[in-house]
Amino acid sequence: MGRVHAPHSGAATAACGEFLEKRRGRRYLSGDSFSLMAQAQTTMPPRTFGQTMRVDAWWMQPFLVFFGLATFIVYSTWAAFQGNHYYFGPYLSPFYSPEIFGASPHSWFGPKPLWWPGWLLFSPALLILWAPGGLRLTCYYYRGAYYKAFWADPPACTVGEPRKTYLGERSFPLIMQNVHRYFLYLAIIFIFVLSKDVWKAFWFADPATGKISFGIGVGTVVLALNVVLLAGFTFGCHALRHLIGGFRDQLSRSPSCYNAYRCVSCFNRRHMLWAWLSLFWVGFTDLYVRLCSMGIWHDLRLL
Amino acid sequence: MSTATFKIWRGDAKAGGFEDYSTEVAEGMVVLDAVHDIQAKQANDLACRWNCKAGKCGSCSAEVNGMPKLMCMTRMSDLALDKPITIEPIKAFPLVKDLITDVSWNFQVKKKIKKFKPRAPDAADGTWRMAQEDIDRVQEFRKCIECFLCQDVCHVLRDHRKHDEFIGPRFLIYVAALEMHPLDTEDRIPELKATQGIGYCNITKCCTKVCPENIQITDNAIIPLKERVVDQFYDPLGWIWRKLKKNR
Repeated sequence: MGRVHAPHSGAATAACGEFLEKRRGRRYLSGDSFSLMAQAQTTMPPRTFGQTMRVDAWWMQPFLVFFGLATFIVYSTWAAFQGNHYYFGPYLSPFYSPEIFGASPHSWFGPKPLWWPGWLLFSPALLILWAPGGLRLTCYYYRGAYYKAFWADPPACTVGEPRKTYLGERSFPLIMQNVHRYFLYLAIIFIFVLSKDVWKAFWFADPATGKISFGIGVGTVVLALNVVLLAGFTFGCHALRHLIGGFRDQLSRSPSCYNAYRCVSCFNRRHMLWAWLSLFWVGFTDLYVRLCSMGIWHDLRLL
Repeated sequence: MSTATFKIWRGDAKAGGFEDYSTEVAEGMVVLDAVHDIQAKQANDLACRWNCKAGKCGSCSAEVNGMPKLMCMTRMSDLALDKPITIEPIKAFPLVKDLITDVSWNFQVKKKIKKFKPRAPDAADGTWRMAQEDIDRVQEFRKCIECFLCQDVCHVLRDHRKHDEFIGPRFLIYVAALEMHPLDTEDRIPELKATQGIGYCNITKCCTKVCPENIQITDNAIIPLKERVVDQFYDPLGWIWRKLKKNR
């Protein structure tokens, strides 16, 4: 026979019973508002922070997400503020591309503008990094991941939360997440810009004569892979999936939309994988260019 | 045969706690079989809802080792038997007795969702024609067996008790199935934003994780609905684009 172990708290259960009684009385009121909240309170009390009956390592995934994102944020912020060692030969770090103003030969409009306030720190990366950063910040995958890992909302599925209040994404500040598609538009432009950087990374200047010739270095491969992974992430975006065809109820009426929708859906199925691979690789690409520029690593010419 | 020990929640809305049971585990056994065995031999008054034993009726929803699962689809061989296996009722709804909860809130919510409203018949025989590729998308949502595991795991209902402001993943799928239907002409987006609380979903994907029918609830239903809400309420460029298209 069984044995009672952990009796339920008396006060809580008495309150529960009271609610159940009240609900029974009002449940079938015609056209009622049927207080759903009152009904919900007849359940067992919510668990406290971190409390769960799960026996698996539920904390592992949020921990890895926290570690991965925190590492990237720290590194990318540091790299963005450096303002140097961001190009090497034909290679330009993706953190600094497009280089709108800057000291490198990749700059679009020359060096730092004269009107730039002296008190304001200048780095070409700070002018542009907000756009890809915004895409990731508002990305549906990352949102779910960092709400868990950084805000414990919830820490993991069925694990108790630290806060009682909850606003979700329906009021400020999280309502701003709805701006995601605008960051997507910018990110698509970035894919073209970074593709042009890859093209430039095929053309090397001879140190002796200055003659430009075709070649492939390890850096070319690193930059090319970066664009492929970023494109896989960008073109699998949930907002793009909607805008390219998902908004239609009758996709069959537009074969081009239907095919585009299927294509984006294909990338979208592995959105999390693309998100992490591209995040890691864009950081590594900057590191590669930086270390080559600092003379710590030597770029190997493959062709 | 090995022996499994269980901690099963016993009690009602007034009082309750875990009780220990142990039972023999035979090959191919699922958690529901073990509960039935305990019910037959050790605790005749153990309340447990079940029906099909095939993962299609959605009756035997419970929390096994802290995760919402159908007891009939949870194989004993997938659980570690060296520690007690906990079985609890689902948490998002009022407890009736032991493993049974009152899920009637869900049926009240369903009644409030705008019904299917097809366009006028456009085929010569007075019916409609639909392309398979159009119906494929909503077909996935029709797999739902209403086990309410997704409602249970959703922290908006489970922890924050937003039952009067949020309809939960199950009904977001239901709305998606209607809203994306190629014949439907009704607009449910304003309600989704205002009274059905889609903005409360913060995309944790727990609902997708526990769905026994493997419906991609978050990616294929909730996020597309969120994007439709953005279309109507948060995208000024979209408004201009649609206005220009209308005037053309």
